[in-house]
Amino acid sequence: MNIIVCIKQVPAKDAPLTIAGNWIKESDIGFEMNEPDSYALEEALRLKEKHGGEVIALSLGPERVKQTIKEALAKGADRAIHIADDNFAQLDPLGAATYLSAAIKKEKFDLVLTGLQSDDHGFGQTGVLLAGLIDLPHATIIMAIEAQEGKLRLKRELEAGWFQHIECPLPAVLSIQSGINKVRYATLKGIIAAKKKEIATVTPESLGVSPQPTQRVEKIYIPTKTKKTEFLTGTPKEAATKLVEKLKFEARVI
Amino acid sequence: MKILVVAEQRQGKWNNTSFETLAAAQQIAKDTSSTVSGLVIGKGVSSLAEELAAKNMAEVLLVEHDLLEAYTPDGYCVALKQVVESAKPDLILFPHTYQVRDFAPKLAAQLGKGMIGDCIGYRNESGKLIFVRQMFQGKTNADVTFQSAAPWFASFQAGAFRSDLVAAHPSGKAPVHAVAVTLDARQVRTKPLDLFKEAKSAVDLTQAPLIVAIGRGIKAPENIPQAEAVAKALGGEIAASRPICDEGWLPMERQIGSSGQTVAPKLYLALGISGAIQHVVGMKGARTIVAVNKDQNAPIFEIADYGIVADIFEVMPALTEALEKAKNS
Repeated sequence: MNIIVCIKQVPAKDAPLTIAGNWIKESDIGFEMNEPDSYALEEALRLKEKHGGEVIALSLGPERVKQTIKEALAKGADRAIHIADDNFAQLDPLGAATYLSAAIKKEKFDLVLTGLQSDDHGFGQTGVLLAGLIDLPHATIIMAIEAQEGKLRLKRELEAGWFQHIECPLPAVLSIQSGINKVRYATLKGIIAAKKKEIATVTPESLGVSPQPTQRVEKIYIPTKTKKTEFLTGTPKEAATKLVEKLKFEARVI
Repeated sequence: MKILVVAEQRQGKWNNTSFETLAAAQQIAKDTSSTVSGLVIGKGVSSLAEELAAKNMAEVLLVEHDLLEAYTPDGYCVALKQVVESAKPDLILFPHTYQVRDFAPKLAAQLGKGMIGDCIGYRNESGKLIFVRQMFQGKTNADVTFQSAAPWFASFQAGAFRSDLVAAHPSGKAPVHAVAVTLDARQVRTKPLDLFKEAKSAVDLTQAPLIVAIGRGIKAPENIPQAEAVAKALGGEIAASRPICDEGWLPMERQIGSSGQTVAPKLYLALGISGAIQHVVGMKGARTIVAVNKDQNAPIFEIADYGIVADIFEVMPALTEALEKAKNS
């Protein structure tokens, strides 16, 4: 089974965010693999281990995303495609999906996997849009994949503790729910092996697509508080004592 | 402007966030002198359409087909594309549910349009609609605008608007119009099978009056007993945000948030939880919220009544001790 996994690089979870217009200042912060995508990568590697085939990591963004691509290769992806685009942070979901779909259409594949959403923009649309643009069946929020005779039997998560089984033909696009598996770490052997793996670089121009924006993030900002938080200060012991007093005599919840 | 609200039902039961979105639509309509219509899609759902028609709206579109009995993204996209093309709404609003995430972006893309999903509000700035949504896991808000011509697609997050503010129809009932759609079985490529729930969980966090919840800040499973000690001193239940349960550090049944349980306890004590929106929707109804986090900009403080900006590993033992002391005094 040949699987393409779409992987986004996002600012590190604990990175201090300095707002600059409609994005953040990228200097001085670390970046990492979008956590939901790491579950999609892991699922692809497991499917390959079970059914054979190849795993291709696909990532869109500036030069820095190569670091995340190398991590995917070190974990076990066979090769990678980097769509180099410095204007990446300004793309709307449809624009990003248009680039990704153009690169995917050039490959032979059975399955395209994405994470559920990105930890930065958080639009959560990429998988569904890819299915639309490549004209493939799709399913989202997937908690289990079972391949059987050219079809997939999927477990899809619904709200409030409900699930549903779905049958889906191949090829298909799936958005993977976080927590579907336990993500592996790259081994030293994997890191060394990754150095020899191919990273093909393409550009929006070489893909021949130039999507028009359908929406635009005008600005980002720290939200104004809707509730007034009373901060308790002092040493941890003092703060804890104050808190217990507040809970007992002010909020009266204990 | 014509606003169309796509209400969601499953097996003849409403998803109640549909009414929150309807409240949003009615408010936008008031602000922009627009009209609101509703849409019900499925099979054998005319009674739901009649129910919706009792709300203040111009009309209800009833979209029924044998192939729409169970939800499929293909079926919904094929049918709703035809409805959008014939009814020509300017703004199509959805509740931001798992089902909407599964098909609405594709529906918009089929019409060459974008969708602004998961909005928490909007502003009308001299006729231009600005949609507000969160980014960076709730650490920032973003103002987002549409760049192409109508129709525009947007969805509103659960809890963003109040369903009890939905206005009733002023003169009884809006007309219900059936809209015929053509749909072929070959167009529906995925096959929905059984709906099920996992084995019933032993703990019912929804009934717990006092909850101590941990997040990523707990760092490692061997640190969890420190949080459990706080819960024990408090006489409360331990719970967690999704990443903790994804890691298998606590069972899934202890998870609070959009994919876990929704709780409204007397006290919710969040330890090392940043406050990503997927978590917050599951606990924002708590009467008193306490947050302990070393990052003073963590979004959890937006909704906390009391906050301590500190390392949870210093606060947890101190808090256990203070709670024990208060209990014995």
